[in-house]
Amino acid sequence: MTALLQHPGYDEERLKGVAEKLPCREVQAGMLLSLMGQLSHATVSCVECVSIALLFEQVLLSFFGCDAASLLPRSPSLSDFVRVYRQQCSQSPAKQTRYIVMEKAELLRDTDASLLSALLRLQELVEDNVTVILLSEIAWDKFRPNTGCFEPLLLHFPDYSKSELQQILSQNVHPSYSAGFYSAYINILLGVFYSVCRDLRELRHLAALNFSKFCEPLAEGKVKETDTHKLWKHIEPHLKKAMQTVYLREVSSLQWEQMQQMEEEEAGALRGLSAHTHVELPYYSKFLLIAAYLASYNPARTDKRFFLKHHGKIRKTNFLKKNEKTSNHLLGPKPFPLDRLLAIFYSVVDSRVAPTASIFSQISSLVTLQLLAQVSHDDQLDAPKYKCAVSLDFICAIARTVNFDIVKYLYDFL
Amino acid sequence: VKLTIGFTQVQQILRERFCERRLPDRLEGVEAQYKHLLELLRRTAIHGESNSVLIVGPRGAGKTTLLQCVLRDLQKEEKVQKNLLQVHLNGLLQTDDRIALKEITRQLHLENVVGDKVFGSFAENLAFLLEALKKGNRSSSCPVLFVLDEFDLFAHHKNQTLLYNLFDVSQSAQAPIAVVGVTCRLDVLELLEKRVKSRFSHRQIHLLSSLNFTQYLERVWTQLSLPDSFPDKKFAQEWNAGVKTLCEDKSVEEVLQRHFNSSKDFRSLHMLLMLCLSRVSVAKPTIKPADLLEASRMCFADTTANMLHGLSILELCLVIAMKHLNDVYEGEPFNLQMVHNEFKKFLHRKSNSMYNFEQPVVMKAFEHLQQLELIRPVDGSSAKVQREYQLMRLTLDHSQIMEALQKYPQCPTDIKQWAMSAFG
Repeated sequence: MTALLQHPGYDEERLKGVAEKLPCREVQAGMLLSLMGQLSHATVSCVECVSIALLFEQVLLSFFGCDAASLLPRSPSLSDFVRVYRQQCSQSPAKQTRYIVMEKAELLRDTDASLLSALLRLQELVEDNVTVILLSEIAWDKFRPNTGCFEPLLLHFPDYSKSELQQILSQNVHPSYSAGFYSAYINILLGVFYSVCRDLRELRHLAALNFSKFCEPLAEGKVKETDTHKLWKHIEPHLKKAMQTVYLREVSSLQWEQMQQMEEEEAGALRGLSAHTHVELPYYSKFLLIAAYLASYNPARTDKRFFLKHHGKIRKTNFLKKNEKTSNHLLGPKPFPLDRLLAIFYSVVDSRVAPTASIFSQISSLVTLQLLAQVSHDDQLDAPKYKCAVSLDFICAIARTVNFDIVKYLYDFL
Repeated sequence: VKLTIGFTQVQQILRERFCERRLPDRLEGVEAQYKHLLELLRRTAIHGESNSVLIVGPRGAGKTTLLQCVLRDLQKEEKVQKNLLQVHLNGLLQTDDRIALKEITRQLHLENVVGDKVFGSFAENLAFLLEALKKGNRSSSCPVLFVLDEFDLFAHHKNQTLLYNLFDVSQSAQAPIAVVGVTCRLDVLELLEKRVKSRFSHRQIHLLSSLNFTQYLERVWTQLSLPDSFPDKKFAQEWNAGVKTLCEDKSVEEVLQRHFNSSKDFRSLHMLLMLCLSRVSVAKPTIKPADLLEASRMCFADTTANMLHGLSILELCLVIAMKHLNDVYEGEPFNLQMVHNEFKKFLHRKSNSMYNFEQPVVMKAFEHLQQLELIRPVDGSSAKVQREYQLMRLTLDHSQIMEALQKYPQCPTDIKQWAMSAFG
């Protein structure tokens, strides 16, 4: 296993320790070692460096200490950075190669155009033995500047295969359980999540969160360690629920853990983040929202058919039924003027309503709650336009609370 | 032990060569250009003639190497060493003329002379600097060499002030200066304003490689060989013999032909040889054809295909659904709702509900694809559009997707068939 990790500069023990921390990555680690050798480095996270000054400071600090970093002027340009670096390295030249490691390097593209090109040429510009290592998830082709640049060596880290993931995740076994038992657990976890997500970090987190629940029947004495089928039956619905909640960050990991500890009856419905948008609206606001939804998703010419007492028939032809792209539910909500909203509102609401200020203020409240979006220009005060920003499920739930059959009024469901 | 020492020395020499840490003793293939540039700069340094020239060539062609070699050889003459001042500017670093002027002042060591003076214009400032370089009772200042790397970037500065003034001084011979621009843009003259262009001498030195394949092979051989000055003569002999055998191998020739067809310049060759060299170790101290093949494979690896290999099944299905939408609607942008709808049509036909995920889970997969930049939002989409309706475009093409499917590990057959079927 550690055959590839051999290097004259390091002793066996250290290499073995590193290899243990990087399972399934021997090939890449070996490649890096053979290319690089001894390592004196500065690590920079591009997410943290919101301004390039921070980046420059970090590098100078790591290589030359804080005196060097303080030599940079107030808002340093690339020219200043190179100048200070050159000064410093003429005083303390590199005995071995210096490395600058930049994480999330794709963020460099959003800064000054010359920064990326300059970093790729840094060795030439500062005349020092320095190498820049860029780490990124994005393909190199999307980085390349227009007029080309000093092409870097590309080292690809291939994705982990399912068996490799199994191997890596099984390493985190809790000491009081056997490796085989934990392995079976990981196998079940991968069975549920592998087709959706292959990110090691997410899977590791999910594995840690749900293990206690997995061990529950064992602790209660109902099941033996080897009863894989029973254990699977117990944990599978729980994992499926995790996929819809904690995986989507609908609930925090803390909430999830708390819920697991509560008895099943107490747990009840876990309120996810999306549930919080189901704010209790006043009666007329609900109808305003329904009217807005109808205005957004029905073409204006069909209003007659739905909302007038004596309407003509509009039947959807077969052609229209097949040409699904015209389905408004695929294209998104369309903007509508205030007049149309009120017209539909008056026809759907069952009682007689006067157009008082309270109705208009409820419309504004809906905009504040981001259930409606205002799309007109700010200076068009007398003809505002809106769009409905809620989903079909949401509006159906609202409509149900007022006993309104919204599907009957939707053009797409004719 | 002797082997280890010899081996370490080999690594050092070759790495210095491939990582461009050391100038070659002799340049190959650019003798005419070398002579031209050397003569030009000699005339400035020794006879005080003002000149301007542009060195033009694609990336990695050896422009900077040429210039550095000329300067190194020029400095061997005592008169040059004592007289010639050098200012090195780079378009990536000196991003506007103000910074450039500060850098010129600094490199000419005239910061104290300038002090707190304020100048009315760039021309005034430059004239002051050149005036300050007059030593003793000489009637003219020392010759100054201005090297402008990434010359094309200077042409983007406001009014091209720096270029105008430098060329103006060189043409009117107010002071003996040589302006040498280095650029990768072959159309660099089009970037210059009329008044700047007219002051330029229109002298260009081109480094366009006209190598044929035999010469390329020879170059590979010379790049990998150890010089005569190598201390361990026996080791060097063995190594060089090994390199010769390597270059005569048929499979190696094929690989090098492929690289030659894609680019002939030094830099890409150095990258290939560097990767090759990293596979050599004390345990295995010679370069074998397999090493070169593996290095070549790494150079030509398709990064996008590698990324597609790592997608989850759900993400792959979404990519296939997008491909179908592109086929039917001829490349018009799509949103998540449309993609999910397309995917649902496929699931509807299959009886198993294994991939029947809820909309939010599908949304997360969709967002992951966006994070990897496999799909990109269409320009002009405002923040007011809900996420699931935001229009996107696929940055992959048909063949990339089909190829990825072939290589995808354990791809279910029904998904493969769905991808290959003509209409969704």
